[in-house]
Amino acid sequence: MNVLAIDTTTYVLGVGLIKENKLAGEMMTHLKKNHSLRLMPAIRTLMEEAEMKAEELDRIVVAQGPGSYTGVRIGVTTAKTMAWALGIPVAGVSSLELMAQNGRYFNGVVSPFIDARRGQVYTGLYRYEDGQMKQLEKDRIIMHEDWLKKLKDSGENVLFTSPDAEKHKEQITELLGKQAVFARLTENILRPGELAMLGMEKEADGAVHDFTPNYIRMAEAESNWLAANKGQQTKSKGE
Amino acid sequence: MKDEQDMLILGIETSCDETSAAVVKNGRDILSNVVSSQIESHKRFGGVVPEIASRHHVEQITYIFEEALKEAGTELKDIDAIAVTEGPGLVGALLVGVNSAKALAYAMDKPLVGVHHIAGHIYANHIVEELTFPLITLVVSGGHTELIYMKEHGSFEVIGETRDDAVGEAYDKVARTLGLPYPGGPHIDRLAHEGEASVKLPRAWLEPDSFDFSFSGLKSSVINTLHNAKQRGEEIPPENIAASFQESVIEVLVGKTMRAVEEKNVDRLLLAGGVAANKGLREALTSACSEKGISLTIPPMPLCTDNAAMIAAAGTIFYQQGRRADDRLNGQPGLVLK
Ligand SMILES: [Zn+2]
Repeated sequence: MNVLAIDTTTYVLGVGLIKENKLAGEMMTHLKKNHSLRLMPAIRTLMEEAEMKAEELDRIVVAQGPGSYTGVRIGVTTAKTMAWALGIPVAGVSSLELMAQNGRYFNGVVSPFIDARRGQVYTGLYRYEDGQMKQLEKDRIIMHEDWLKKLKDSGENVLFTSPDAEKHKEQITELLGKQAVFARLTENILRPGELAMLGMEKEADGAVHDFTPNYIRMAEAESNWLAANKGQQTKSKGE
Repeated sequence: MKDEQDMLILGIETSCDETSAAVVKNGRDILSNVVSSQIESHKRFGGVVPEIASRHHVEQITYIFEEALKEAGTELKDIDAIAVTEGPGLVGALLVGVNSAKALAYAMDKPLVGVHHIAGHIYANHIVEELTFPLITLVVSGGHTELIYMKEHGSFEVIGETRDDAVGEAYDKVARTLGLPYPGGPHIDRLAHEGEASVKLPRAWLEPDSFDFSFSGLKSSVINTLHNAKQRGEEIPPENIAASFQESVIEVLVGKTMRAVEEKNVDRLLLAGGVAANKGLREALTSACSEKGISLTIPPMPLCTDNAAMIAAAGTIFYQQGRRADDRLNGQPGLVLK
């Protein structure tokens, strides 16, 4: 199986490629630069390095969110359009599930997170069990402080993996003390090779047309409107 | 459907709240032009919400592609090139179109052409009637008010533009003041035909030699007039306000346009953009042009509002002229027409 994996959910730009079931390569940058400009050149370079043509691909995998709305859309748009054009399936992987993989072999629970501004984070809870990363608590958006208190009460050791780890380290240590464990910089990053492998093992989404980002959060205008018009129905897909 | 020498261009347009894809043959023959309007989704917010527009585009995009190809009776492999709006517009919305276009171009190994949204609006006229040069275009829409001189295909000289609000914007704001639903332009146009231009409103001619426009003063003047009348306990019929406002807008638009036609010595005028649907403007331009012996082209409604056929039409010319975009094509919200 040949799989192309795309991640633009955070400032990390990642493209991974599996050729004949083997990881052929990964291209990554950790720069806060324009994904829209740089994603397609990265895909082309990696494919050319691996001497592969687009029509040889069997599947496209994409980090589906949560993360930066614009970033998520760039990845998902590229992935679903390529999949549709090539007539192959697209598979989505949660960016948090992807980040949690860095905590494999950790003795305790893993809390991957992405800063969501105004004290909030996108996060979930995972544990490595029987050779795989299992989800204990579903992905969500929550005030980081509330989440940390919950973790504190559980009494478990928690490994935090996040590209935004540095910004939150102080708050986490303050609340969790020795319960908190931090990953090294290289383990805070979403790995496109890991994404490709996760996506290869997953059931692919049947209908490419219906494949959409998982923002986790409603558009602000929408939630404001709902708050002002309680009880009304909305057409848009939110939480 | 497609002969050997025929050229098929797939156009993509997502600059605002319409997700659209079209297949155009030889630059002028529309095989399909699928437009998915989000207007219902934005109505309750009283205007286009960029984040919601972007979300809709991602949900719709491949579906719209498939519809456009199916309707055209063609397949992706038979397309000669892909043309996409690169700007101006809402950045998040543009990014969906641009990235999907790059994905198609890479996956199918097809050439890619970036198109300025206004160039698209202008080339909607080329679909109606083959362009002859030199010509002047008046572009009027929710985001644009421009006078453009073209001496040949693919050459655009902006000789006048708005210094504040676009025409469509002024219409929407006045409509809101009158308590009309969004989008307000068509409502004002309809009301204007029922009323009388009895309210004195200013004309913003600016400097005598300028082809620029300004509509914010006019808009404020409408608001003040209504406010003062209310304070005096009087009521001005909304249809008279609409008629007076429309009269001022049209007088300036037509006046400046006809002066540009004369000064640039052209005998061809095009009207482009969503506000081209305005009946009052169409009528005034038609009579001014017939008086002066100028040939005037106004596209039918579906080609005036945002659509991908116009992008494909402009894209065809650019493609023939050898213009190409690469993998680094990006959405550019403030792209300048040149
Ligand atoms: Zn437009």
